[in-house]
Amino acid sequence: MTATEDLRPVDLDLAAKPPSSTFRRWLAPVTFAVFGLVNIFVLGTYSHHGDATFAFSQPFAKVSVPNLTLPAAITCYVCGAITLVIAVLRSFLPFGQVQKRAAIAAVVFLFVVALLCWTDAGLSTSFNVVNLLQGTLAGSIPIMLGALTGVVCSRSGVINVGIEGQLLLGAFTAAIVASGTGSLLLGLLSGALAGSLVAVLLAVFAIGYRVDQVILGVVLNTLILGITGYLYDALMVPYANTLNSPATFSSIKIPLLGDIPIIGPVFFDSTIFLYLTYIALAGVQVGLFSTRWGLRTRAIGEHPIAADTVGINVIAMRYRNVIVAGLIAGIGGAYFTIGSVGSFNKDMSSGEGYIALAAMIFGRYTPFGAISAALLFGFASQLQSIMSTLNTPIQSNLLLMTPYIVTIIVLAGLVGKVRGPRSEGIPYIKA
Amino acid sequence: MSDQVNSPDPATPETKAAKAGPDQADDRGRPAYGLGQAFRDTILEGRTVTITVLAFITAFVIGGLLNAFTNTTVLHAWGNFFSAPGHAIAAAWDTAVGAYVEMFEGSIVNPHTVAALFQQASIGAAIHDGYLAAVFNPLSETCVQATPLILAGLAVALPYRAGLFNIGAQSQFIGGIIVATFLGYGVSLPPFVHVVVCVIGGFVGGAAIGWIVGELKARTGAHEVITTIMANYIMQYFLAYLLSFGYLMQAPHTTDEITAAIAGNAHLPHLFGPSLRINAGFLIALACAAGLWWLLTRTTTGFEFRSIGRNPSAARVAGINVERNWVLVMLLAGGLAGLSGAAVVQGTDFTLNFQSYGTYGIDAITVALLGFGRPLGVVLAGLLFGAMKAGAPLMQAATGTPVDMVQVLEAVIVLFVAAPLLIRAMFRLRAARGGGVGGVMSRGWNA
Repeated sequence: MTATEDLRPVDLDLAAKPPSSTFRRWLAPVTFAVFGLVNIFVLGTYSHHGDATFAFSQPFAKVSVPNLTLPAAITCYVCGAITLVIAVLRSFLPFGQVQKRAAIAAVVFLFVVALLCWTDAGLSTSFNVVNLLQGTLAGSIPIMLGALTGVVCSRSGVINVGIEGQLLLGAFTAAIVASGTGSLLLGLLSGALAGSLVAVLLAVFAIGYRVDQVILGVVLNTLILGITGYLYDALMVPYANTLNSPATFSSIKIPLLGDIPIIGPVFFDSTIFLYLTYIALAGVQVGLFSTRWGLRTRAIGEHPIAADTVGINVIAMRYRNVIVAGLIAGIGGAYFTIGSVGSFNKDMSSGEGYIALAAMIFGRYTPFGAISAALLFGFASQLQSIMSTLNTPIQSNLLLMTPYIVTIIVLAGLVGKVRGPRSEGIPYIKA
Repeated sequence: MSDQVNSPDPATPETKAAKAGPDQADDRGRPAYGLGQAFRDTILEGRTVTITVLAFITAFVIGGLLNAFTNTTVLHAWGNFFSAPGHAIAAAWDTAVGAYVEMFEGSIVNPHTVAALFQQASIGAAIHDGYLAAVFNPLSETCVQATPLILAGLAVALPYRAGLFNIGAQSQFIGGIIVATFLGYGVSLPPFVHVVVCVIGGFVGGAAIGWIVGELKARTGAHEVITTIMANYIMQYFLAYLLSFGYLMQAPHTTDEITAAIAGNAHLPHLFGPSLRINAGFLIALACAAGLWWLLTRTTTGFEFRSIGRNPSAARVAGINVERNWVLVMLLAGGLAGLSGAAVVQGTDFTLNFQSYGTYGIDAITVALLGFGRPLGVVLAGLLFGAMKAGAPLMQAATGTPVDMVQVLEAVIVLFVAAPLLIRAMFRLRAARGGGVGGVMSRGWNA
């Protein structure tokens, strides 16, 4: 058995060998150029005459920042031109890993600036950037926490496709407990435990009974979707007043930090969920890369046999990591109900768990990468919801589509091949 | 290695991979044994049929418990457990079983309609007054519900055999249904031709989406699980976009996100008269399953598909072009999911709205898994889940059990079928001689 285990990495390498091609080489420059041309010919040409005004402070802020007014069309042209320059540089200069990512960030930023100018051009209302960023951060909480869960599981060698189910059950349980007991903290706690409960199922079937983990995740999601939908109809609808009307957490403004212009309202004036997200991010980052636990976790994800040889109990550690990580996703799920809307609804997580999974891979299995990717998705949906209130000519469905297209392009090789932990998804069988 | 193959240890993935089904069980070298012995072994050993049946029983028991302990009447009866214990247990039993009975009557046969049929004076009058149709209506509904499930299930099963996991049946379904609907109301053609054109359009629309996914995987190594999930969202928003403008696909004189109805010529013909909804789509689904069986087992292409599914590196060494086959597999799978969309719009719905894709994408996965990725298995699994879907509305109307029960049952069945080790442990079955249910082969994310 040991012999066959040893052969596997070789198999994987042969199977996954990406044929290097001109397709990959030209993908990034061409994509950049498309963005540049869109900035110039779509956004620049079709923007209304006039200026776009951006506001950087909320009403009643202690320190107010003056508004920024830009000539819309010209800004679009400039953004487009810079993007085209980046595209040309990207195709002819040997870019390192850092430069590649910086190039993507710059292109996305310029596109957003151009888009906002186009949106606000000629409108009397100013576009409040702080609101946009604040909403982005709050709206991305489930995706961020889900992605962090995914990172811990993947690093331990278990693919967690069940994030969606963890979010959904977390949302359901938090709503029903917070509503039934009247205690928000109990709701939060039970939401976290619900995420962990799904993780127990995941761990038992994936680690103990060695079911294919991708399939298992999808099936668990279906199961949770069915159960919560069923219980919603059977219990929450008839007893809506007692079981589905929880209070919601209110914002806590951190003294001093919360009053800093721009940064304060965005980062330090939110519900407890955002602060828990910071803690989770710091915990996973430090834990994975600076502690003995993290070293062992990465070891059982990369090469469990080697880890076993030096005395790490691979199976027990995988169980523990997956189940504890479930708490994080459970909190993310609780945000849907007791963090924002209050009452639970069928299929409330609406696929954000899958987006968290994509964010994790997009972020190259690192906590910060996963969080950044999650924010990109959150930003797009927040931008869409603000734009729909501004009555702009943009088609919201097309805008909502962009983060998914961007993810595909990125996965297709914009940042090189994303390689997960080597033993991810392969059950460990002790020899 | 031969030691390992014959060892009763079901754990080794390699053993499972090498023997994915009972039909390949290698009993050579063992003393011959009689029919009775073989029968007993079939039951006691964890073979496919046994495991599947036990998974069913377990799922229905769990579903019944869930139903019994969330029903308000039953909960009330349990509240009075100590004064009337028998009543509480009886109420729980009635609720749990009653829901399944209603589901059965809504999907297979309803005794009341049979009784009504036999009370008619003559068979001619019974047919004329629709009593015969009423008897067969549940079965017809089961087939109608099963049609898109089978087609979409095949769209997941084919890539599964080739080692790819297609979560994107939904996106391909949407691709197919868009094209089929557009051809349905946008052009006008003679009766038979119009049906064929729309069906082919559905195939092409789905295949295009599948092709993109396959091409991305082949050229860049982008993992198909993620690209198909992304494709689902992209197509979902694309559909909503198409339906929100009159000059695109929105029906004239409406603000709803819905298209105009397709022409009558594009409707799939009914098989047994207008009173039963069963239509030619069901035949298309069966034909596709048969065609896929032929492709997989009787052709070189099918052999190559299965080879890259078993071991891509071995296939590559043997000279098979793995990348080209990935593209072909995803293209065919997308086409099948597209056909599923065409069957829905041409067989039952006749218009396209922003939710026409329903839950077919996820259902397709459960159908394919329950069918072990084999065409015949997919047909049976599709009929089963179709029956549950057909019976669910009656169940909800008669007993108040929410239709979501069907989804719970589906998931639990598949969960147990996918975990043969668990079922074996639960029912203390012996490990099968030389194979038995292989279970699901676990592959890494990177493969």
